[in-house]
Amino acid sequence: MLRIPCPWCGERDETEFRYRGDASQSRPAAEAGLAAFSAYVYERENPCGWHLEWWLHVGGCRKLLKVVRHTLSHEIHSVGGPEDPG
Amino acid sequence: MRGPGRIARGLLTDPDRPVAFRFDGRRMQGLEGDTLASALLANGKRLIARSFKYHRPRGIVTAGPEEPCALVDVIDAEGREPNRLATTLALHEGLVAESQNRWPSLRFDALALNDLIARFLPAGFYYKTFMAPGWAWERLYEPLIRRAAGLGRLEAIVGDHAAPAETVHDHTDVLVVGAGAAGLAAAHRLGASGLRVMLTDQDVVLGGGSLLDARWTAWRESLCAGLAGLATVRCLPRTTVLGAYGHGVFGALETLSPAEATRFGGLRERLRIIRARRVVFATGALERLIAFPGNDLPGVMLAGAALKYLRRYGVAVGRRPAFFLNTDEAYEAVFALTGAGIECAGVIDVRESSLAAERVRALGVEVQGGAVVEGAFGRDGVRTVRVVDVNGRRRRDLEADCLLMSGGYSPATALASQLGAQLTWREALAAFTPDLAATIGRVAGAARGVPGLAAAARDGESVACAIASELGRPASAAGPGADLPVDPDATPIAALWEVRGRGKAFVDLQNDVTAADVRLSFREGYEHVEHMKRFTTHGMATDQGRSGGLVGSAVLAQARGVLLSEVGQPRPRPFAQPVPFAALAGGEVREHYRPKRRLPLHDWHEAAGATFVAAGLWLRPLVYSRQQGWEAVLNEARAVRRSVGITDVSTLGKIDVQGPDAARFLDFIYANTFSTLAVGRARYGIMLREDGMLLDDGTTSRLAPEHFLVTTTTVNAAVVLEHMEFHLQAVCPRLDVLLSDVGDQWAQFAVAGPRSREVVAAVVAGVDLSNDAFPFMAASVATIAGVAGRVFRISFSGELAYELAVPAAHALKAWSAVLEAGKPLRIAPYGLEALNTLRIEKGHVTGAELNGNTSADDLGFQRMLKKHGDFIGRALSQRAGLTAPDRLQLVGVRPLERRHRLRNGLQLVAPRARTTSLGYVTSSTPSVELDGWVGLALAAGGRQRLGQRLIGTSPIHDEITELEIVSPHMLDPQNARVRA
Repeated sequence: MLRIPCPWCGERDETEFRYRGDASQSRPAAEAGLAAFSAYVYERENPCGWHLEWWLHVGGCRKLLKVVRHTLSHEIHSVGGPEDPG
Repeated sequence: MRGPGRIARGLLTDPDRPVAFRFDGRRMQGLEGDTLASALLANGKRLIARSFKYHRPRGIVTAGPEEPCALVDVIDAEGREPNRLATTLALHEGLVAESQNRWPSLRFDALALNDLIARFLPAGFYYKTFMAPGWAWERLYEPLIRRAAGLGRLEAIVGDHAAPAETVHDHTDVLVVGAGAAGLAAAHRLGASGLRVMLTDQDVVLGGGSLLDARWTAWRESLCAGLAGLATVRCLPRTTVLGAYGHGVFGALETLSPAEATRFGGLRERLRIIRARRVVFATGALERLIAFPGNDLPGVMLAGAALKYLRRYGVAVGRRPAFFLNTDEAYEAVFALTGAGIECAGVIDVRESSLAAERVRALGVEVQGGAVVEGAFGRDGVRTVRVVDVNGRRRRDLEADCLLMSGGYSPATALASQLGAQLTWREALAAFTPDLAATIGRVAGAARGVPGLAAAARDGESVACAIASELGRPASAAGPGADLPVDPDATPIAALWEVRGRGKAFVDLQNDVTAADVRLSFREGYEHVEHMKRFTTHGMATDQGRSGGLVGSAVLAQARGVLLSEVGQPRPRPFAQPVPFAALAGGEVREHYRPKRRLPLHDWHEAAGATFVAAGLWLRPLVYSRQQGWEAVLNEARAVRRSVGITDVSTLGKIDVQGPDAARFLDFIYANTFSTLAVGRARYGIMLREDGMLLDDGTTSRLAPEHFLVTTTTVNAAVVLEHMEFHLQAVCPRLDVLLSDVGDQWAQFAVAGPRSREVVAAVVAGVDLSNDAFPFMAASVATIAGVAGRVFRISFSGELAYELAVPAAHALKAWSAVLEAGKPLRIAPYGLEALNTLRIEKGHVTGAELNGNTSADDLGFQRMLKKHGDFIGRALSQRAGLTAPDRLQLVGVRPLERRHRLRNGLQLVAPRARTTSLGYVTSSTPSVELDGWVGLALAAGGRQRLGQRLIGTSPIHDEITELEIVSPHMLDPQNARVRA
């Protein structure tokens, strides 16, 4: 089980959070076209290694966190807000 | 002394407190503090079980949770529980245990025939032999094999009979797993430095290996006293760490002592979920068996087990033991039994000479160096042991009643491996040792190959100092209490895995896997140790191959002609030992399986005779009747259509949206427009997922220019809130908007029916409810029964209707006022089922149609998608595939024969192509306004089929109904009623 250090609440169990996917994806501009939105919704890298991801702290502050996690070791490198580069 | 095997006073047993028990119907006596295994051995009982596959006679092999053979059924008032380990089962007065896997009796087992034909039953035999004909596997072979093989039989002991368990969450700085010399020293040092420490051990007492050596008593007692004096240290004996889950999270199972179980009302087990900043694995080492012919005979045991039975319980496992050893450490059993006055038949040591051999020779024990045991013989137990020189010459037989073997020690690395520790082969120890990342913790003592108790204790202290300094605590000056005894010098191990000869040599006693099976696995191409494990089942089941796991790897390495270090061991996974489901479930059983959300008026609904239905976690009134059937439902619905009714819609999700950018944000979240909504008005909205599918629908009201109230469907309340929060923070972080979940703060009631205005007007003050002043889709703050609330003119039923919202605490006051005002009109509460009837007639959709696979176009909402401006799902909802004319589209269905009933899930087919589904019925109900049943359906190209006739079929109910496809708006398509 992951323990995620929420910058607002402190270190908490994974079960308090909702995983919201790949945070390296940003939503295309409104007129970017079907292909860009299709890539945004469906295309993912699935890396073995460091991964930037969204976690929403639904069982706590309800803030959206940007987490850098290693998909193999589950090590968490950093946790920040949506504005942080990650 | 209670039994012929009891020759001394044990550390754990109380000679003044006899305990009566039964095994296979025979009355026996043991002592308080015994395990079932020690009591059976004290009574001279050696044959305990029949083996898994060959039904060979088996006895007790170990003295702990690593036991492969001595599994029993325990029978009590609650039923029969199989596969309990005799070696850990605490003896108690009246215990009834039975042997397993034998018929008709342990001594005369009919299926022991399997052993005689064993050459025809190699590993993989079942898969290869019982292949054809195909039908026979399920009907014939498998039932027969299952009866013949296996361990205990499972009976239903769940439900009301399951022993209660609980789950506890723990937080600590350091978890120390194992309370032997290393663990005690580490915990003491960590605790003395002020850190919070949890010290667990699977044993009933702390001490591990130090319990077996009297020289260590003073040190152990001094440390235990020291630990008891440290407020930050918690000692948890009887607690097995089952798994390591990363990020410092561990699962542990604590078995309560009888006294504690009584204190906690019969609680048997406690599942602990432990969170620790660092871990110390002081898990010790496990003694290995040696594979030789007959190494499964009752009486063949691990040497360390014999030492434990003597020291802990005062029980000699035999009258004339022979030993088969390859380390000096294993000679402790020889010293102990000799010292207790037992005459040894001899010691066979594969090493030519050793320091330990010299020491026991001085006691008059015969040691044959440079020799191995080629076989153990006897019927139902050891009688003779055949010894041969390592060069294969000079055979002789020893008379012995037990053979105590030891093939060396494997560090217990399973937990460290679960955390990614790399294993390194250490030739000098003939064992793998783990390297754990320092950020996770340390491995200490015998668990990382440190030999000797004193060295282990020093190692425990040293890792504790390192961890304390990492966690910012300077090493304390507190000493370890009494002085450490000195470890004796020892001659190194000579690795020995297998002695080949005639007869079965087992590497896994629990699964009846022989060394020959491992070689067969290699020949069949299963060369990898993980493949060998699956092919042979070596290392599976309750003991997880603790005593023979590495032996199997060594046999495989020899067959492959490679080093053992290259073969390795199968990867261990949680759980480390079997866990009862009841312990995993803890208190989350029956009505506590999941939380319940009750409406503010739950008690009123209950008193009014409601039957409740689960909607998500909510309990909603289904119908105000305890009777089955449609009559009460239709009466409730009819009251709404003809006069007036009231229903509790408090379960709808309610999200308060405020801020200068609230309207812009809702325009982005919803597929239709909210920025154009006037203050004091409400609008029906649909929201899409980014992939273009419908997510949810509901009514949103504008209470002030920068203040909206969003309502969601009951089951999607949490999903929609998350959806909005995610997009506000991830996609629109510049918008100045605040979201608040106010679902629990407001109670909300729908008052519906042609006469609802009169009723609502009687309880609402401050709002002109005339049709002109407060038209359909109006919204306003209002005083309701003297309470500040809100009134909305919205309708799900298709009738003139109002929804009244008051703070939840005032729910009863407002609800009662409405009922009072409606009394002359015979107002009646209606439940979810009547609400469903009303909305189906009207063609309103709910979760059955908003099922995650439907697009806006499918449900007829295509015109709601705004033409200008971005919104979630806009781009992908334009995909041709989501608007294709042959997609499943929402329609109404009515049976041609009006009295025919409809069913949700009826498949729609064409009259001449009855095997091709054209869709299905999503919702159905008997109608109050229309003749017979009505339903909603998703039909392929449905909007083109209005007026067509299709067949509704339910093969599993053997039903066929002719249907007419109609508009989903079956009642009042002009919306005249809601605007009345």
